Formats: sequence, C-alpha cells, structure tokens
Amino acid sequence: MLSAVLGLGQIGLVAAIALGWASKKFAVDIDARELDINEVLPGVNCGACGYPGCSGYAAAIVEGKAAITLCPPGGGDVVEHIAEIMGLDANVGEPLLAVVLCQGDNRKTTKKYRYLGLHDCNAASKIAGGPKDCPAGCLGLGSCVASCPFEAIEMTADGLAIINRELCTGCGHCIDICPRQVIRMTPARETVHVLCNSHDKGGVVRKYCETGCIGCNICKKTVPEAYKIDKFLARVDYDHAEHAALAIEKCPPQCIRDFKTAYPESSHFRPEQKQPSATLCAGKDLHG
Amino acid sequence: MNQKTFVGGVHPADSKHDSDTKPIEACPLPEQLIIPLSQHIGAPAEALVKAGDLVFKGQTIAKASAFVSVPIHASTSGQVIAVEPRLHPCGKMLPAIVIEADGEDHWDPSLEGIDPAQWTGDELRQRISDAGIVGMGGATFPTHVKLSPPEDKLIDTLMINGVECEPYLTADHRLMLEQSDKIMDGIDILRRVLGVKHTIVGIESNKPDAIACMAKAGANHGIQVQALEVKYPQGAEKQLIDALLGREVPSAGLPMDIGVVVQNVATAAAVSDAIRLGRPLVERVVTISGPAVAEAKNLRVRIGTPLSFLVQQCGGNKYEVSKIIMGGPMMGQSQLSLDAPAVRGTSGLLLFGEKDLAKIEAGPCIRCGRCVGACPLHLLPATIASYATLGMFDEAEAHSALDCMECGCCTYICPATRPLVQTLRHAKGGILAKRRRS
Repeated sequence: MLSAVLGLGQIGLVAAIALGWASKKFAVDIDARELDINEVLPGVNCGACGYPGCSGYAAAIVEGKAAITLCPPGGGDVVEHIAEIMGLDANVGEPLLAVVLCQGDNRKTTKKYRYLGLHDCNAASKIAGGPKDCPAGCLGLGSCVASCPFEAIEMTADGLAIINRELCTGCGHCIDICPRQVIRMTPARETVHVLCNSHDKGGVVRKYCETGCIGCNICKKTVPEAYKIDKFLARVDYDHAEHAALAIEKCPPQCIRDFKTAYPESSHFRPEQKQPSATLCAGKDLHG
Repeated sequence: MNQKTFVGGVHPADSKHDSDTKPIEACPLPEQLIIPLSQHIGAPAEALVKAGDLVFKGQTIAKASAFVSVPIHASTSGQVIAVEPRLHPCGKMLPAIVIEADGEDHWDPSLEGIDPAQWTGDELRQRISDAGIVGMGGATFPTHVKLSPPEDKLIDTLMINGVECEPYLTADHRLMLEQSDKIMDGIDILRRVLGVKHTIVGIESNKPDAIACMAKAGANHGIQVQALEVKYPQGAEKQLIDALLGREVPSAGLPMDIGVVVQNVATAAAVSDAIRLGRPLVERVVTISGPAVAEAKNLRVRIGTPLSFLVQQCGGNKYEVSKIIMGGPMMGQSQLSLDAPAVRGTSGLLLFGEKDLAKIEAGPCIRCGRCVGACPLHLLPATIASYATLGMFDEAEAHSALDCMECGCCTYICPATRPLVQTLRHAKGGILAKRRRS
C-alpha cells in the first residue's frame, strides 16, 4: 500500500518537473496584441477577411500582413478597437449589405422545365442554365441560405431568397456562391433598389416575369440623377440616390422597392424600423 | 459462349426490341439544317462561312481551332442563311451555321477517296482529322487525338466497341449487321495508323446476330470478336478494357496508358468513308425510339437535322411527350424542345410521356450501399454525395470523386431515388472550380 503511494507520488513528481521545464523551454511567444484583437473580433470564424478564422486574422494583423478593415461582420466598432490596440488610425469604410436583386419567385416567373434534382442552385444552373426562363433571376434552391454564417438569408415559400437586413453583416459569402450573381453588395444606408437582374429586352422579360425590369426608362425620367439604364436594366446610382424613392410609384412592373417601407410579399419580413447600423448587432447577438 | 465482363454495373431493361429489327433508313432532307460549331469535346470550331455563302455537301464550313478540336462540314448543299446562336442540345443558345438546303444534295467535287495502302499512318491520321471524325458512341472525343499516342506510350491492342449497352439504342447494332465489311475496312485503316496487329471487337451477347455477322466479316482480317455479358455500362471504355483484357486504367489515366486504344464501330465505319470515299462526317445513324414515338426507327440522319423532323419521319408521337432524351436513357441528355438539331454525338432520340416517368420524391439515404456495389469504378457514391452536399469538396476529392464517369448506375440502383450522379457532378464541378481558384 505504502509503496504504491510512494511510487505513484514519485512518478507524479518527475512528470511535474518535466512538464514545468518543458513549458518554459518550449513556450510560444504570443503577442499580447494578438490576443486582444482576437477578443474584440466577433468570433464567428466566417472567413470573410480571407484568413482562417478570427484568430488567423488577428495574427495576420499583428504581423502587418492584413489591413484592419477586413472584418465586415465586426463593422466600424471593431475597426476602431483594433486601431486602438495597434495604435493606428481608424479609417472605417462604408458598411455594406447584401441585397437579392430579384423578386421573381415561382408564382411570378415561368419555367423551362421541371427540376427534380439536387437542391442546390449551382447544380441546377448546370442543366440548360437552370429551370427558370429568366437567365439572371434567383433560382430559389437556397445555396445562399446554406452559405450564410449569420442565418440572415431565408427562402420564401414561393422560392425567393430574402436577406434580413438586421442580421446581414456584409461578409459576402452569398455573393460568391450564387451562380446567377443576383446578390449584390450595396451601401447599407441605401434602401431603394431595382430588384431585377435581367438584361433581356422588355418584351422578352415580360414573357417570363411579371415583375422584371423592362428598361422603359420611366424611373430615369422621373429622377434622372438616381438611375442608370444599362442594357435594358435600370440600376440605382448609389452615389446620387437621395430621391430615388420618388420613382417607386411610377415603375410599371413595380420592380423598384424601398426596404424602409415595403418588401416583396413575404410573411417573415418586417419593414425596416431603423437605419441599419450594419453590423454591430450581429457580433453582439452572436456573442449573446 | 464464353462471356466476359467487369465487376459492378446494373441490369436495366434493354428495351431494344422496338427498333432492333428495323433496317437503317435514309432520313429525307429537311428544309433547313442547324449545324452547331460545338459538337465535340474540345474547343468549338471557327466558322469559315457567312450568311449568303453557297456551300457543297461535305465542304468545310468551320475549321478546327486547336489540336483537340475538329472541323465541321456542310451536311447538304445549299445556302448559308445565318451564323448565329441557336438552341444547342445542351440547352443553351450556342453559335451554329444554318443552311437552307437547295434539294440537290451535291457533294463537293474536290473530295476524293484514296487507297489507304498507298499512304502513311501520319497522312491517314491527317485525313481523319480533316474529315471531322469524333468518337460516335456519344462522347464525341476527336478520333485523331486518340490516334496520336505520345511516343513513350506503346499501343499493343486496338479495341472496337460494338457493345451498345444503353437501353433502347440499336444504331450500332444495325450498322454491324448491315455494314460489317465497311467497319472491318475502317478497322484495317485504324490498325495501319496505330501500327497495331491485335484487335478485339467487343459485343454484348444480346446481339447474337451481330456477333455472328462481325465474326464472319472479321475472319479474313484476323480480327477476334468477343461476346460480353449484358450489363450496363459494359460499353464504357474502362469497363470494356477490364472485361476484354483484365487491365485496369489508372486513376486519372487514359486507355493509352495501358497500351489500348478504343474506337466505336460507327467511328470505324466513318473512318472508312473518310479515307476510301473522301467523305467527311456529315451523317450518322440515330435510333428514334421510346414508348411515346409512333414507330421506332433507325435513321441515317444528316448532322443538323432538327429533332422535330426526325420525329415526323417516325409518324410523330402517340401521346403527349413530357420527356425528350438525346442519347440513351442512362447517360443521355434531356432536351428542352425538339427544336435542337441532331449532332455528331446523337446516338438516339427517345420520347417519353407523363405515364412513363417515375415520379418518386428523393428520400433520405439509408446507407444500404447498393450504389457502392453498382459503381463500376468502385467509388463510394453515397459518401462523396454527402461531402458534396455539405460543400466539403476536399474530402470528396480524397474519395476520388474526379474518377466518376457519370454512368448513372448509382442513381439507377438507389432505392431512395437520390440524384447521386448529379450530386457527384456537382462535386466534380466544385473540386475543379476550387483548383482553378488556387
């Protein structure tokens, strides 16, 4: 009994000394700033900065390899914190939000064929360009929903991706995954958008979509500085979009929408109550 | 009879009896031919003509734009009325040359046949390339590329594929019955180009008449004909080599890595026409079949003939068509409409009505492993599919997803009717996209 206690005690002592020595000998120097930065980053490891997780980004900042403005989910607050830690000037860029530039759900658009395959937009788009007649609209199979690290994208019952502007952090994952490039980054302060992505001529668009832009120029005639027409498709000029909302009522296919007051008929979308403050909310929410 | 085969595969109903007794008929000349510039694997051809030009049948109207590319020829004489995007069998609008037929069907007078015995292998290979010949089993890989093995690859066997393992299709079957001598002549030319003596013709045992006919024709040429077990995909290149020689093509490798070149019987016949008669590839045999077609037929069709015209020749459709497949049902391509033209890879045209289609919603994978047993390449389709749906493309690649040839056995056998082939194709696309990015 006694010998067992002593024997184990000796083994324990030797191991403790060895471990103590090893922890000193092989200690890795971590820059205290790296730990501090890691602390202020949102911690969701979304990869929007292009580094492997938040800690990877923190290390890259300390090594001077990365700019401090690469964390869209963190937003302006985080940039200021990092600037403080690193002793740099905080030059916060404009916060961006993703917007699905399409309203053509399954009720409003026509289809080329019945699609029964894999529930993935990229897979469907390889079969004759996708089941929708529209070559540019939302395919409604939800690849973006799966890709969003913030659960900010939902699919309506009629098959249209909708981005919740309170949860979106502008990380850009959905932009890369969408085979139609129908999701675009837009300035978070702008709430008026032309929700169409098809460059087809008006007559062609009318055949496959009730609510697609027909390139009629009425929005541009109403508010000339706020709209640009490019190949039969109107776009808001976000640099001069102050009065863009004036054209909403005039648009014949009703494809201009203001997120402040309305959103495409969707049960789970509330009109925006406040100006989106990009982004801080996301990090805080996720941290609880 | 001793029947050889490979491990894996499935046994779909062969459904060939509607058309396997119908002799090949010449399809009449349609008013317009739509000839796409992309009808082969490789770079699309470059158009040499413009709207308003008059062309002869067999005249080169588009030139090869790279080594892996082939020229394209007018399939009848007439006037070019447009060079513009038209509906391609792949479902997209792609550039095509539209020819209005003059009804004369005049061959280009400058085309002349030669005696292959007087010419060298290199010259013959050039002629085969100029004639636009591609693999006619459906994959449309340029034949001259297969006939140009690198110097360090020693080819010891020429394998001729008369398997035709896709259900419904009987085009190669009829060709072997009616033109076995022409096929043998083509094989002789291919042997001369490759400098190969040993030749095996593989035919599935559900075509005993074709086996007898080819064996008789091949006896004088020293060509061996081997019967193969009826199993899909017996006609896939790698499975055919496995069955006939017991050799395995390495992962990401080609048959020429193990000393084999495989050519289809219809390709051999086209080679004979190209050399003996100087005629380029402007027509092919197409099986028009399926439960919805009034009368199944094997037609000799000019490249560019609209599919709707082919259906008319078969008495139209018996009832409303809800699925059109170009090629066989296992690997063929669904068509958006009958406006698309027949191209060099069109081995069949199948029409199905609503009642002929299985309408079972895909269920969850129950890990039964039938796809694993059926996969002729010995992959793990369900595992790769799981990785692909989760976007884990590195893991899919580690499970050899890129070796998948999309034969469709896993989807066919899946009791939950999961779209496995499509998911594997998605995995391959994801892996290649990732490679391009890095």
